[in-house]
Amino acid sequence: MLKIMVIGATSAIAHETAKFFAADGADFFLVGRSPEKLSVIKDDLLARGATSAETHEIDMNNFDHHQALLDSAIDRMGQVDVLYIAHGSLGDQALAEADVDVMLQEMNTNFLSTAAFLTLAANYFEERRRGAIAVISSVAGDRGRGSLYVYGTAMAAKTTFLQGLRNRLAKVGVSVLTIKPGRVRTPMTAHLKPSPLLADPEKVGEQIYKAMKSGRDILYTPSYWALIMMIIRNIPERIFKRLSM
Amino acid sequence: MSGTKRYTSWGRYPEATPRDVKEIAWRTDLPELCKIDPPLLPFGYGRSYGDSCLNDGGVLLDMTPLNQFIAFDRETGVLRCEAGVSIEHILEVVVPHGWFVPVSPGTKYVTVGGAIANDVHGKNHHSAGTFGCHIIQFELLRSNGDRLTCSPEENTDYYEATIGGLGLTGVIIWVEMQLKSIPTPLIDMESIRFENVDEFFALSEESEEIPYTVGWVDCLASGKNFGRGLFTRGDFDDPPFGMKRKLKKVTPLPVPFDFPSFTVNSLTTRIFNELYYRKQFKKRIRAVTHYNPFFYPLDVATDWYRLYGKKGFLQYQFVMPYKETREPIKEVLRRIVKSGEASPLIVFKTFGDVESPGMLSFPRPGVTLALDFRFKGKKTLDLLDELDQIVFDNGGALYPAKDARMSGEHFRMSYPNWEAFAQYIDPKFSSSFWRRVTES
Repeated sequence: MLKIMVIGATSAIAHETAKFFAADGADFFLVGRSPEKLSVIKDDLLARGATSAETHEIDMNNFDHHQALLDSAIDRMGQVDVLYIAHGSLGDQALAEADVDVMLQEMNTNFLSTAAFLTLAANYFEERRRGAIAVISSVAGDRGRGSLYVYGTAMAAKTTFLQGLRNRLAKVGVSVLTIKPGRVRTPMTAHLKPSPLLADPEKVGEQIYKAMKSGRDILYTPSYWALIMMIIRNIPERIFKRLSM
Repeated sequence: MSGTKRYTSWGRYPEATPRDVKEIAWRTDLPELCKIDPPLLPFGYGRSYGDSCLNDGGVLLDMTPLNQFIAFDRETGVLRCEAGVSIEHILEVVVPHGWFVPVSPGTKYVTVGGAIANDVHGKNHHSAGTFGCHIIQFELLRSNGDRLTCSPEENTDYYEATIGGLGLTGVIIWVEMQLKSIPTPLIDMESIRFENVDEFFALSEESEEIPYTVGWVDCLASGKNFGRGLFTRGDFDDPPFGMKRKLKKVTPLPVPFDFPSFTVNSLTTRIFNELYYRKQFKKRIRAVTHYNPFFYPLDVATDWYRLYGKKGFLQYQFVMPYKETREPIKEVLRRIVKSGEASPLIVFKTFGDVESPGMLSFPRPGVTLALDFRFKGKKTLDLLDELDQIVFDNGGALYPAKDARMSGEHFRMSYPNWEAFAQYIDPKFSSSFWRRVTES
């Protein structure tokens, strides 16, 4: 059975994706900050058909613990076939503008922690010469916007990092999927205004599952975001800078 | 169901505005209910038709994020899940392993918490009783912080009060139920035309051993056609040799806007009824079908309430004894036909005598009729008052989950346990329905 390590396993999108793998009978190594929530997710995946599920509590901003985390996943499952990184925080743009520490913290949470862990994991996958990596980035990384550019910068960095990693690992048959969700109705976006573009996490989870199975490179989900972002990327900067977005 | 969530009832009558909505998402991180200003009421997918799921001026606790499975034993068919899990999601997980929900209402877009709170029934009421009959245990969170495990052995009074308790006894956190074993997801079914009400009863009696039965009656046909309809019965079964096994997965289509209110009128209904009654040339047809069209024919369209237009509709469902005399049920039907107001969606079925543990349960031995009336103000309300007279004079009752207008007097008369039930209501919980039927 597929052995999957999920970082940020209690996030709604990660969980919705994992449900599909659970129905296939996958083995899970679930990583998150809250042991209580991890155990809720674990029970759910087991009831849905997962063969086994282990949980591991960690704050990904503790970079020093990353090697132990990876070793533990390999040790408990025997191997890692799929690494799915889904942790992050939407942050607070206003706070990040007012406070350098907050801005740096966001970079840690949303980019550096992922890059740090991927540095270790990439070597593992490169040596094994098979496996799949999937990471949640965001459409917010496609263009910097006044209302969300700290988060957007972290996402852009993540996207570029993954692009390079894909280029490196393609040579050894390891796939790297960059997932760019639009707005999804999750606890992370609960405070945002309701919008018809707000997608259902179930639908997003299913699309991610299918993309991971088919070895895709980049996934906009729901798919209409590919079109929306193409338009947004092509607005000339001298016009874009005057828009409030 | 993306975008803004709807916090109205399915019939969209009456209107009610909650002061606030609080989502409940993690069973490991439950809110302190004592810190929220009352009155509180749990809310699921809003599939109750009237005001039993509404809390005008109060706080709704949105239970749909509380939707995790906890344990599923594939050998014994015992399932434990959180209260916000829907029947749709249960079926996705359990059907591939040869299990089905023990009792299902006509839509799978309901939460298990709501199915308990309304003690829902289905096509197998005569053989299996209500949903509540199959609940092994559940956990109830009270506003004082108590978490009660309720079962026929433990906290029995709260178990019996909460089944059919309209969400008033506290918040159900998780539920453990006994699923029903099925050989395939296919139904071997038979559809039989009946010419009149007596023939319907004869078919119901002859089908008592068949697990699933339901009738449809043409509520516009008069004269020699009065009481004509279709009787459907069936059970999960291996298809007889040679029958098609191929199944299609159906994705529900949304009803994207409110139809003009005249869409469902006596002419369109008359046409629909004629076509529906004549959809089979033969007196009887037999077919093998997937469980979806058999149990959930209306789930092919999400938000179908919009077909009735902006003003919404009233659903009317009553149960009445029929063993001694069938005259009252015929009289109700005659009045409905005479009014010409009924919509085509009708459920006509006999209830059995399997008793529910629920103190406030609706189903009781008798015959039940459920139908929709597009809301036309006083005219509609007067008609339903007229029907009430016959129903209540003959020992009948209305279904709270579908009611928006019965009088408090009628409710208290037909639910004589209501006062005994009231002592188990959580002091911080209430609903628009409960205030209406107890305070007037």
